[in-house]
Order: sequence, then structure tokens, then C-alpha cells
Amino acid sequence: MVVPLTLMLVALYGLGRRVDVYQALIHGAGEGVSTLLGIFPALVGLMTAVAMLRASGALELAAQALAPLLERIGLPAQLLPLMLVRPVSGSAALGVGAELIQAYGPDSYLGRVAAVMLGSTETTFYTIAVYFGAVGVTKTRYALPAALCADMTGFLAAAWAVRLIFGS
Amino acid sequence: MTMAYLWTGMVVLSVLCGIATGREGEVALAVVEGAGGAVELCLSMAGMLCLWTGVMEVMSRSGLAGGLSRLLRPVLKRLYPEEAGDRETMDCVAANVSANLLGLGNAATPLGIKAAGRMARRTPGVAGDSMCMLVVCNTASIQLIPTTVATVRAAAGCAAPFDILPAVWLASALSVGVGIVACRLLRKVWPA
Repeated sequence: MVVPLTLMLVALYGLGRRVDVYQALIHGAGEGVSTLLGIFPALVGLMTAVAMLRASGALELAAQALAPLLERIGLPAQLLPLMLVRPVSGSAALGVGAELIQAYGPDSYLGRVAAVMLGSTETTFYTIAVYFGAVGVTKTRYALPAALCADMTGFLAAAWAVRLIFGS
Repeated sequence: MTMAYLWTGMVVLSVLCGIATGREGEVALAVVEGAGGAVELCLSMAGMLCLWTGVMEVMSRSGLAGGLSRLLRPVLKRLYPEEAGDRETMDCVAANVSANLLGLGNAATPLGIKAAGRMARRTPGVAGDSMCMLVVCNTASIQLIPTTVATVRAAAGCAAPFDILPAVWLASALSVGVGIVACRLLRKVWPA
């Protein structure tokens, strides 16, 4: 009931503020179409690449090879492609994550961790480029290392939080 | 260009690995299924995604972001002590954070850049401590309801796509927290 209740409360709040909520809803939904069209090409490219990677057995090989290392810090090696792509491109990460969620199942441990990783991190390199590019800053000092620390924490915390709440 | 190398690397690795493990057939099939899967995913998530962007538009037109900004201002003054005296910069930062919380990425970025531009006036060309903090906070996700991910889960047949919310909040809070602490520690050893 969380979703229907959210819809109801948002609509009532908007009406209370004398906003044409229906007009706003339709306008926003229209923007959703352009968002979808924007991510569609990346989904085609990345979901194909990850499906190939999984079918070739490369993911399992990587998982076996890196398992001792990654297991020690609590990260599933099958999600390595997602962690590599995440800081670089948002739509690409969505493509990789969506393929993994579909392949392992949305309610599996791997599917849940992939979803939480997507939900709790951002496109670090892109954001840094946009911000510093827009204001003409070339000496970015510690911004990138600090941001990557936050990303790494996000990945580790995603795996940990899913184990904590759902078990593995 | 980074994505070009990553994508090519993935394809080359799958072809080589497919040949080495004798799974050429599966790899070829995966090309067809992967591309088709992208179309299916887009179609099955279209409805929910458009509904959520619509709901977010209602939130932003109702001034929900403005109310959040007012709540956030006292906390943000402590994160950006150098800017606390500049009301307009703090307004932009507060609006940027509340747009990020509500998942209004398209609204958040111009506000954040405006704040960064005002912060840059004192130290042209060099990122000051406030600007580093602002950028690091924007590279960490603080979205309260990650609707796109939930839509992908729903499209994959999940009955309760939002059941990951507590885990997302926990992971986001830890990630942002470490980003802030890293900024605080690094500013001392990495002077402008």
C-alpha cells in the first residue's frame, strides 16, 4: 500500500497548494517518455554485452578467480561489471544492472545487491566533469579520491545491508 | 571514451572466453537475447517510469522541494561553514540537496552548478573546500525513493519492488557519510 498511499498524499498535498495536479502528472509522464528513449540505446548496447559476458562463462571465471579476494571484503564477484561501469555512465550501469537483475532474479541475493548498488551510488566521473567543467575549475584537489571512497563504501554497504536485512 | 573501452573489453572477453570454454553457441544466442531483452525491459518499465516522473513533477510544482530546503538549511550551514554567511549560495545548496532527495536530477544539477559558480568566485580555477564538499555530495546518491531501480525490479517480476528501500537508505547514508568524512580529512593534507 506504500505506492498507492504516496500517490494519494502527493495529489492531496498538491491540490491543497492549488496546483493542477493532473496537468503536472501528465506533463511529468511525458518527460518520462524522453527519459526512457534516452536510456534505451544504452540498454540495448550494455544488456547485449553483459548477456554475452555471462553466456561465455567469463563472469563465472572472474567470480572464481576473484572470489577469495572479493569474498573477504564481502562483495559478490558476479557484480564486478556493474561496479566498473557505475561511476562512468548512469544509463550503462542501468543496462548492466537490469541484465543482472533479470538473470539472477530480482529477489535473489545478487539481484537485490545489484539494485541497492544502483540506488545508492551515482555517476561519479560524469558529475565531477559536469560540475568542474561548468565553473572552469581545473585543480580539483581531493574531490575525485573522496568521491571514489564514497562509491566504494556504497558498494560494500549495499552488499552488507542486503545481508543484514534479507540474509544471503 | 571510457565506455568505448569498457564495452569493447566486455565483448572481446566474451568472444575469447566463449571460444575457450566451447560456448560459442550460447554467446551467439546471448547477442539476440540481450538486445531483445533491452526492448522488453523498456516496454515493461515504461508505465511505472512515466507514472513516477509524473508524480515527481507534481511534487516539484507543489513546492515540496522548497519546504525540504527550509528544513535542511541548519544542517547544511555546518557542512559548508565558509558559505554560511552567503544566503544565496546556501539557498542554491539547500535546493540542490532537496531536489536530489526527491530524485529530481534534472532540477538538481543546474542548482548545484549555480552554487558551485558562486563558490568559485573566491578561488578561480581551484576547487575550494566547499566546492569539493558540494561535488562529493552530488556524486553520492541520496535519492529517497530510487524509482528507476524499483521499476527495473518490477519489470523483472518482483512483487514488492520497493522492499529494498531500507537497504538503499542504509547504503546511501554510509556512502555519503564516508564521502563527507573523507572531505574533512583530506582538506587538511591537500591544501589549495
